[in-house]
Amino acid sequence: MLTGMAVDAVEHAPETTAAPLDVARSDASLRRFLHGLPGVDQVGAEARAAALGTRSIKTTAKATALDLAISMVDLTTLEGADTVGKVRALGAKAVHPDPSDPTCPRVAAVCVYPDMVATAKAAVGASGVKVASVATAFPSGRAALDVKLADTRDAVEAGADEIDMVIDRGAFLSGHYLAVYEEIVAVREACGPAHLKVILETGELATYDNVRRASWLAMLAGGHFIKTSTGKVQPAATLPVTMVMLEAVRDYREATGVQIGVKPAGGIRSAKDAVKHLVVVNEVAGPDWLDPDWFRFGASTLLNDLLMQRIKLTTGRYSGPDYVTVD
Amino acid sequence: MARTELEYAPAPESRSIVDIRASYGLFVGGEFVDGHGSSFKTVNPATEEVLAEVAEADEHDVDLAVKAARRAYDRVWSRMPGAERAKYLFRIARIIAERSRELAVLESIDNGKPIREARDVDVPIVAAHFFYYAGWADKLKHSGYGETPLGVAAQVIPWNFPLMMLAWKVAPALACGNTVVLKPAETTPLTALLFAEICQQAELPPGVVNIVTGAGSTGQALVGHPDVDKVAFTGSTEVGKAIARTVAGTDKRLTLELGGKAANIVFDDAPLDQAVEGVVNGIFFNQGHVCCAGSRLLVQESVAEEVLHRLKRRMATLRVGDPLDKNTDVGAINSPEQLARIRELSAAGEAEGAERWTAPCLLPDTGWWFAPTLFTDVTQAHRIAREEIFGPVLSVLTFRTPAEAVVKANNTPYGLSAGIWSDKGSRILQVASQLRAGVVWANTFNQFDPTSPFGGYKESGQGREGGRHGLEAYLR
Repeated sequence: MLTGMAVDAVEHAPETTAAPLDVARSDASLRRFLHGLPGVDQVGAEARAAALGTRSIKTTAKATALDLAISMVDLTTLEGADTVGKVRALGAKAVHPDPSDPTCPRVAAVCVYPDMVATAKAAVGASGVKVASVATAFPSGRAALDVKLADTRDAVEAGADEIDMVIDRGAFLSGHYLAVYEEIVAVREACGPAHLKVILETGELATYDNVRRASWLAMLAGGHFIKTSTGKVQPAATLPVTMVMLEAVRDYREATGVQIGVKPAGGIRSAKDAVKHLVVVNEVAGPDWLDPDWFRFGASTLLNDLLMQRIKLTTGRYSGPDYVTVD
Repeated sequence: MARTELEYAPAPESRSIVDIRASYGLFVGGEFVDGHGSSFKTVNPATEEVLAEVAEADEHDVDLAVKAARRAYDRVWSRMPGAERAKYLFRIARIIAERSRELAVLESIDNGKPIREARDVDVPIVAAHFFYYAGWADKLKHSGYGETPLGVAAQVIPWNFPLMMLAWKVAPALACGNTVVLKPAETTPLTALLFAEICQQAELPPGVVNIVTGAGSTGQALVGHPDVDKVAFTGSTEVGKAIARTVAGTDKRLTLELGGKAANIVFDDAPLDQAVEGVVNGIFFNQGHVCCAGSRLLVQESVAEEVLHRLKRRMATLRVGDPLDKNTDVGAINSPEQLARIRELSAAGEAEGAERWTAPCLLPDTGWWFAPTLFTDVTQAHRIAREEIFGPVLSVLTFRTPAEAVVKANNTPYGLSAGIWSDKGSRILQVASQLRAGVVWANTFNQFDPTSPFGGYKESGQGREGGRHGLEAYLR
């Protein structure tokens, strides 16, 4: 069904929002396609993810993995209590995660609410750290389409390089796949030059079959990234969910030649968890995804554990939380 | 940005936890004793390093071991209340769990299997088996098979799961009140000898467990011994037939767990990623040295191309090499004889016209290795579709209808296990009921549990091991 197409050139999703596979004509055609995807056996998928989680990543491999993980962090603050001061501090940390060590890589992006985009943009300056903004009535997504589009445009106009949208889970769960699809297409248009990450909120989709279908729906609609969670719903990112999404982007590239990124977000707090995710990226999607352009961690506390492990590896000593900066 | 390669650095498990002696005697009557015969060497198949000299038991040694077992049976074990026998078995189970790392490392060194597997599969199942049958020891009247033990059990086990096969044999025998004389395989005696130490540590009454090491002649002397009441064998169908001939005409009870040529049937509505995972686990688990290995992949033609593509991609990520490296997926072939057999059958596959594909991987220079391999364009007539290869070699056949899948799956002298992959429950049940195999796995493969009976149809053997059914072999 999906194999046999040579992948000549891999590129980000094309500028047009037309689906590379013409299945989005109606709810019925989308349904036929999405429900025709091979199912996911829950027990088998979880066993595979657990087995990959037993990989032992030590010494040089660990050093590579820690630096890679740091460079993939979307350093996030999405709180009602966020202030300009907090976002500035976050921006400074994103550029120099370990101020005492210039060899420490910068993170991929800071991720904030739309009203903090300008502040974040100023804080990261020309460092190369991207500014991502959640939009579309994050985290519930319960708002009218024009409100969601206005939310998105505001963030882009304020300078956001990346938009993290949420899908309409209610529409998805009630089988209105075309509504979900068209909303993603509309947001993608509103993004203009900004890259679009589509949050599936896998904790509300409940089954791996749904995760796989929602992944394909988001890719067909033109998302540049598929992202697990808002971080506001439990469970958020889990290793098997990330693995199922990585299988989806791998299969999508084989079918269309277009490479899509993956972002697990929420719940990844330890360096050990992050390294497990990188192992899954490496062995399921392949090394092409071992790059901040194609894989991100949406996290706030993860970075400090990565930094502490990095300091341990370079100095041979555990430092402790007083030797990394808070927020 | 240049692409980052995440090369896994070597992550070797330390050998220092294991103390391998230069030489080992036999374990008879609760003590290690010198044998009367010669000795043989056991070798690390990953390095060809000689690990230890092990005594080869001759007829006289076997006789002493059977006598010790008989004495322990008559004087102690058969008279002991079940609840008391259970205490010893629980104690053994706990010691196995406590010394699990040591057992896993030694199993990996002597057998060649990856430490990940010895650590995460073999040793936990071994402990679970002893825990499970310990629980039966005082409940035999509810077994449905009576509560009278048979007497002395002669048990001969193979080299592919040395400790696990020991547990499958020893735990139910002891729970039922029998005493045992066990012969481990000549290439993998070390964990059985460590188990003997565990019996000492558990203060198991002397003679309840006796271990005689050696090769075929030791095994012959054991199963042919006139004072043995029960023979239990796991190994090749050829040797199993010879044992059945030896035992015929005596009143010895016999269970055999022999070879297999299992079909793993993948329907077009299967969860493909997990099916591929199950096929890989089915044939490359333990280097394919598994009697119930899914050595024949039967894939529905409508998804054959896609499944093969995914399968090859997955096989290319298998990590073959140092068994003690925690990241190794496929370890060493247990012996040069086995390697020669795998090579011979693979060559026959090519000669008969099947298409050979080998996973790209670098094999170490020393030791015995065989890269994960699959054959396509295989027909039912090819030797690689009929004979047990007992190595990391998968034969791929296709089918068009469920009926054809069943016919092809059953078209073998063996009948140990089978796998079905489909998202459709009714199809799984229908096909499973038509397969002539002792174990049928649905949407999984190679799952073992002490509560579940295991055993074969046809030339795969007779009798069941595991679960309540496993008690039948040791009670009258």
